Amino acid sequence: MKILRFVLVIFLLFSLGNLNAKESNKLNEITKNLRCLICQGQSVYDSDSEFANSIKIIIDKKLDDGLSEDEIYEYFKKKYGEWILYDPALNKNTYILWLLPLLIFLFGGAIIFKKLIKK
Amino acid sequence: MKKKILPFSVIIIFGIIFFIFYKGLEDSKIYTPDVNTKKEIPVFNTKEFFSGENVKSSSIFELDKVYLLNIWSSWCVPCRQEHPLLMNLNLENKLNIIGMNYKDNLKNAENFLKELGNPYKEIFIDLDGTIAIEWGAYGVPESFLIYKNEIIKKYIGPLNQQLIDEMSLLIK
Repeated sequence: MKILRFVLVIFLLFSLGNLNAKESNKLNEITKNLRCLICQGQSVYDSDSEFANSIKIIIDKKLDDGLSEDEIYEYFKKKYGEWILYDPALNKNTYILWLLPLLIFLFGGAIIFKKLIKK
Repeated sequence: MKKKILPFSVIIIFGIIFFIFYKGLEDSKIYTPDVNTKKEIPVFNTKEFFSGENVKSSSIFELDKVYLLNIWSSWCVPCRQEHPLLMNLNLENKLNIIGMNYKDNLKNAENFLKELGNPYKEIFIDLDGTIAIEWGAYGVPESFLIYKNEIIKKYIGPLNQQLIDEMSLLIK
C-alpha cells in the first residue's frame, strides 16, 4: 500500500511538472526576446527586477488568454516602443543593419566567383 | 585595367563602411524613452486604496479635467523626496492628483500617507505591477500628465520644481 501511494505521488509530481513546463517554455522564449528596460544588458528573462517580474506576470496572463507570441511582442512594442524587442524589425532606421551583411556577403561571393572563373 | 578594379572597389567598400560607422558615432547611444508622444490611457480594473472596492479606470478619469497620475510606493526613497512637491501642487489646486500605489504593503502605504500627508484625490492599487506596465511605466516614481483621456507627458523618476513649473506651463 505504501509503495502504491509513493508511486502515485511520484507520478503526480512528474505529470504536474510536465504540465507547467510547456507553458513556461513559451514564457521563457518570449522573455528572452524582451529587453529589461531598466536593467543594463539584461533580458526580462535574466532579470529579477520589479519591472521584469511584472512583465512576466503579464505575459503569463496573455498566454492564458490565448494570445500568440507575435501578438504579445506587438503589445509590448506599443507600450514601450521598438527598443524593448531584441529582434529589430526592418524599417528605415535599421535597414543598414539588415542589408549590410547581405551586401558584404554578395560582394565577397562575387570576388571568389571571379577568381574561380579566371583559373 | 582589370587588376585595378578589385583594389579600387575594396577601397570604396571600406570607405562606405567607414562613413556609416563614423556617422553612427554621432548618434547618442544612451536609450531615452519617448516621453512626448500622446497616447490614450489604458483601460483597467483595480481596487480603491482605502475602501478596497473595485473601481474602473473610466470612473477615475473625466474628460474635461487635467490629471496627474503619480505612481508611488512606501518603500521607494525618491517618492519620499517628491512627496512635499505633490503636497504643494495639490494646494495650488490646478490639477487632480491620482495616486497609483505600486507593489506595496497597504499598512506601510497608509503609514507613509499619515506621516507625509495625502495629496491624492483618489488612490488605486497595483499589487503585482501589471497596471503600471499597461501604462507603459518603468518603475517608481513616475508621473503622467493626462488630459482628455490622453497622456500628454510622462515624467520618469522623481519630480522636481523645474518639472512642476514646466507642467503648469503645459496646463495653461
